[in-house]
Amino acid sequence: MSIIANPGNRDRLWRSSVIALPYLWLGLFFLAPFAIVFKISLAEPLIAQPPFSPLWGIAEDGTRKLLATLDNYLFLLEDKLYWVSYLKSIKIALISTLLCLLLGFPMAYAIARTPQPWRNLLLLLVILPFWTSFLLRVYAWIIMLGKEGLINNGLLGIGIINEPISLLYTDVAVYIGIVYTYLPFMILPLYTTLEKLDLDLHDAAADLGGKPLHVFRDITLPMAMPGIIAGSLLVFIPALGEFVIPALLGGLDSLMIGRTLYDEFFMNRDWPLASAVATILLFILILPIMLFQRLQQEPQQ
Amino acid sequence: MKRSPTFLYSMLAFGFAFLYIPIFVMMLYSFNDSRLVTVWGGFTTRWYTALLENEQILEAALLSLEIAVTSATLATVLGTLAGLAMNRMGQFRGRTVFSGMIAAPLVMPEVITGLSLLLLFISLQELTGWPASRGANTVTIAHTTFAMAYVAVVVQSRLASMDQSLEEAAMDLGGRPFNVTWDITLPLIIPAMASGWLLAFTLSLDDLVIASFTSGAGASTLPMVIFSKVKLGVTPEVNALATLVIAIVSLGVLIAGWNILKKQRSAHG
Repeated sequence: MSIIANPGNRDRLWRSSVIALPYLWLGLFFLAPFAIVFKISLAEPLIAQPPFSPLWGIAEDGTRKLLATLDNYLFLLEDKLYWVSYLKSIKIALISTLLCLLLGFPMAYAIARTPQPWRNLLLLLVILPFWTSFLLRVYAWIIMLGKEGLINNGLLGIGIINEPISLLYTDVAVYIGIVYTYLPFMILPLYTTLEKLDLDLHDAAADLGGKPLHVFRDITLPMAMPGIIAGSLLVFIPALGEFVIPALLGGLDSLMIGRTLYDEFFMNRDWPLASAVATILLFILILPIMLFQRLQQEPQQ
Repeated sequence: MKRSPTFLYSMLAFGFAFLYIPIFVMMLYSFNDSRLVTVWGGFTTRWYTALLENEQILEAALLSLEIAVTSATLATVLGTLAGLAMNRMGQFRGRTVFSGMIAAPLVMPEVITGLSLLLLFISLQELTGWPASRGANTVTIAHTTFAMAYVAVVVQSRLASMDQSLEEAAMDLGGRPFNVTWDITLPLIIPAMASGWLLAFTLSLDDLVIASFTSGAGASTLPMVIFSKVKLGVTPEVNALATLVIAIVSLGVLIAGWNILKKQRSAHG
């Protein structure tokens, strides 16, 4: 590249600072913290400031001694609460991703087929909620789902139910909240791939007598795959560690792992255990995150 | 689209109803004179008055704005550099790790980011004495860190889609890399930097979890105050606040969107 072909000290200084500044910042404030989380997950909780034991201590003969313990991880293995919490989070995140896909795909498809200028307007309407407060939009569902909320009143009104049903503070509310929040993240990557789909290819297949379902299965679906994968990862990964939605809309028993971690940290003040919970959550997420990063890089190559 | 457009368009209508009805209901109830959600007690603006007299909320809003402006600005500088590093600097050692550090914050669960940054701040404090206390400063650093990844992605995709011939010509004519970036690349990516800044600003203003972890006693951001209020259920003042926030943001996005559309149309003749 011609940029490198121009040596000289000032040029080299410029080049290294462009790389080094964001590199050092992210290294210090994004990468290094994970090492610290892992370190503290090996400590014992103490009633002190800070509330955990140091990793190194002085042995009786005066040498430094490693005090690491795996107790927190063993505890996570033994206590059913954490297992259930992890599995439930994975289940909720998976089902929510599927629901987002089922609703988002036809929406993205319809938008991609709409002529301009309507298409841009519809896209704007998908993006708009993303710019407004996430917290306030989740809160809006407290109004909708309550015993006397719009949904219960509506269902009572048309006679489907005879008395209000519990929606708020249940898993149903958590699903609604996650799909509601992350739907735009599913629609946008889907739209980007579907927009590029060659309509002529569809028409040709249909003209040649292809059954709609077959055209969809053999042409649309494979070509939309990159968008499906990107959208699903954008929903699944953050949903797995979601805290706000289960905390506001879920019941006391809707222990998603993000909430368990939060409570362990703020209520029980067991920092080492919270760190172990975070380490395992990160471990579960490594594969999907690496896949996501792959997808992010591909367009540039 | 030849097949079943009815199905597609009814899904579209359902999806938009799903996205927008809760927002409209919340806005409507911000003018409801009754504290109960079921009862329409007549039109009132008293929740707005109550909101403007609520010092706790106003103070938190001011703190949040301060953090959002500072972190968005820092994130734009660092994120733009990161975008340039990814797209104009060719190969360098540790590039894979670097691209990983840019992509990962976009999807990292907030509880992990928040917890790990807090533990970092505490460890740093023990080792070096800095940061002496946690509050606006630590939240600003935390927000800068995850927002710069968003800015980097926006800038990077602009750089990737840009015609590089102008930069290459300047370089071939003997332009120094810094001057070429400053005089040619930068003016072309200013729109991307502006959307990156706005994105970073919005994300910061909206963040609850990371701020809860990294803030200290006495420094509550607006989302933290809202969360403590709505945990207990429906709060009319929060309805009023939400209506204001959504109205302002929608207006901004619609004006920006309209301008982009107009520019596109005039560019296409």
